[in-house]
Amino acid sequence: MKTEDELILKVEDIHKSYGHIEVLKGVSFDVRKGETKVFIGPSGTGKSTLLRCINQLTEPDSGHVWLGGKEVTHSGKDINQYRQKMGMVFQNFNLFDHLTAVKNVAISLIKVKGMKKGEATEKAMEELRQVGMEAQADLYPAELSGGQAQRVSIARALAMDPDVMLFDEPTSALDPELTGEVLEVMKKLSSRGMTMLVVTHEMGFAYSVANEIIFMEHGKIVESGTPSKLVTAPKFERTKQFLSRLSELYTLSDKQ
Amino acid sequence: MIDFPFLNDVLLPPLMEGLIVTLKLIFCSVPFGMVMGILIAMGRAYGNRQVSFLCRLYVIIFKGCPLLMLLFIIYFGLPSVGISFEPFTASVIGFVICNGAYNSEYIRGGLQSVKSGQMNAALALGMTKRQAITSIVLPQAMRRALPGISNEIIYLIKYSSLAYMLTCIELTGAGKIVASRYFRFTFVFMIVGIIYLILVSIASRLLRVLENKLEIPGLIK
Repeated sequence: MKTEDELILKVEDIHKSYGHIEVLKGVSFDVRKGETKVFIGPSGTGKSTLLRCINQLTEPDSGHVWLGGKEVTHSGKDINQYRQKMGMVFQNFNLFDHLTAVKNVAISLIKVKGMKKGEATEKAMEELRQVGMEAQADLYPAELSGGQAQRVSIARALAMDPDVMLFDEPTSALDPELTGEVLEVMKKLSSRGMTMLVVTHEMGFAYSVANEIIFMEHGKIVESGTPSKLVTAPKFERTKQFLSRLSELYTLSDKQ
Repeated sequence: MIDFPFLNDVLLPPLMEGLIVTLKLIFCSVPFGMVMGILIAMGRAYGNRQVSFLCRLYVIIFKGCPLLMLLFIIYFGLPSVGISFEPFTASVIGFVICNGAYNSEYIRGGLQSVKSGQMNAALALGMTKRQAITSIVLPQAMRRALPGISNEIIYLIKYSSLAYMLTCIELTGAGKIVASRYFRFTFVFMIVGIIYLILVSIASRLLRVLENKLEIPGLIK
């Protein structure tokens, strides 16, 4: 059993509304060091918004986020410190279009960490090597496949030596073939003890990698549990429905 | 027929002096016009309500009024409130104000065309908003604005001739003096026109080279 002092991220009662629509209706959970939590659920249930509330790219209406015991919400200018510690990977990669792969990784090392250019480039190359992208270091984002671009964006986030990685549907914009190479990198990362929060529809990944799967709907956590518990014996009818719908889709695509 | 003795001995020497002044006007105005354009565009795109409003007002006024009128106000009008400039300085100030107004429109378009994901990614890495703008958004915006800015530089080369109206004797002014003295308007201004044409052609070529050099796959086109 893991102990209390390994708690690395605490999310408490996050609420967020856009106009009259309440996207998050009080979401709370704890993340321990080295844990991988996977968020699943229908589209539009606030999973992505939740991730963005954690690093304050979206400001929650109420609720708190603590990283390593320090409050991230209401941290004012210190937010830039906390964001370095929370790497984020976006659905659309969001690589900097005017920079080559290696410069994409190096720029935050130079601008944020104040590293010298040479040192930053060296570290950037090392990070690209970790995700198998060193051969494409001098290519621009538009010259990369989706899977390659996403691996560079993972390297870019990892270069900041984050405590937690936030993955916002990292494979949703990729075809199945490219999805595999990105999931492979994520699996490796998880097995090396990186703390990860992953929003995804990839049940295979969730099942094999997650310590806990959290099923969300209508801005709330419906239920959560270990993959075997949640997938084989979901408590709620809605979870069962969603999971069987997913597996139906996968069996269909397997038959093709 | 081309009157070569007149061209070589009488016309070209003063025209070359004028050309140097024209080049000075251009080289002094272009960088400041660029900076002005960036500042105004940033003010409009990222400033608070007041700043954004002031920047918009700036663009409306200086895009909407004739440059010559602006030059007259700077050179002939301002001394009455105790501010006076040399003809050259007054011209550069006018050009920078006008050039900056137009540039800002292109740069603002460039800033707005950069997808919000770029800013989000930069912030997520721990960059401040200022860092994200200067090292991520602006470099992309400037590349997109460059064709428009190039056009404005070409215009500037041509409207630099208005400095003559403030007694700053540049290329057109030098031509006018010779033409009046020898009463050979057609010939003189034809030569002056050819020199402008050459200037513009060289500038166009150089700007094209710059655009190609700064081109990034997938960013523009």
